[in-house]
Amino acid sequence: MALQDKYKALTDAATAAGISDLAVREQDGVLYVDGTAADGATKDHLWEVYNQIDPNFASGDLVLNVNVSVDAAVTHAKVITQSSNLNIRKGPGTDQPIVGKAAHGEIITLVNRSNDQWWLVRTNDGEEGYCYAQYLEPQA
Amino acid sequence: MMKTTKFLMSAVIAATLFFGGCKPKDADIQTAVQAKEAAGITVSVTEGVVTLSGEAADETAKAEAEKIAKEAKGVKSVVNNVTVAAAAEPVTISDDAPLQKGVTDAIKDFPTVKAEVKDGTVTLTGEIKKASLITLMQHLNALKPKKIDNKLTVK
Repeated sequence: MALQDKYKALTDAATAAGISDLAVREQDGVLYVDGTAADGATKDHLWEVYNQIDPNFASGDLVLNVNVSVDAAVTHAKVITQSSNLNIRKGPGTDQPIVGKAAHGEIITLVNRSNDQWWLVRTNDGEEGYCYAQYLEPQA
Repeated sequence: MMKTTKFLMSAVIAATLFFGGCKPKDADIQTAVQAKEAAGITVSVTEGVVTLSGEAADETAKAEAEKIAKEAKGVKSVVNNVTVAAAAEPVTISDDAPLQKGVTDAIKDFPTVKAEVKDGTVTLTGEIKKASLITLMQHLNALKPKKIDNKLTVK
């Protein structure tokens, strides 16, 4: 219960932000907060609240797994790397050979999102392969 | 003959008064049982038969609710219609192999970060820029680890 008190501001913020399928569970000394956010700004806000409660995430007592919901109808995504190009790989994993690159800020076509971490994409040049999903922002 | 009838009648009246007076009324039973039951349990009583409804946290709490009702004075029987709340599903933790692969992918863009995966726990060492820390942690938290032990030096 103590962990739920410690992170109350976070779970309150998640509730206020309308996080869907919100689950707050404590297990073996770690609090797990899962859910789906309507957009990236909502997710980032929760991470700011988390950072305020536990500066630099050093306590190791929370796993915050809030992902941004993606409408099944979405077909394009923007490359949101910090500044560099995004590798497109032959298969889902950094151990896979690089088959192409997408530029920072480029909008590319989503082909398949069945893997949570690696999405199958196609660039405007017709290159097809897998990109790390965390660097892709679905376009409404 | 008359005497006998009169006697019987008065005996019946006396018996009715006697037993009726000492048997608790349904409303009284309801009040008494309801007061002892946990929150979320609703008690209703018809002719000494207590019906319990509502939701209990688990099977033990459901059985306890029935026990409380059975012990109350004037209760003939108990109908236990209490439902048990669905237990929260345990947290899904990734196996080490897929977790290790996910962690390798996640830290690839952070060359100053080292990560070790053991029994679902991701231990981070090395250093990272403050601006990159949230991004890295977002990537790692999405991999369903048991725990993230962050020993990074934040610059």
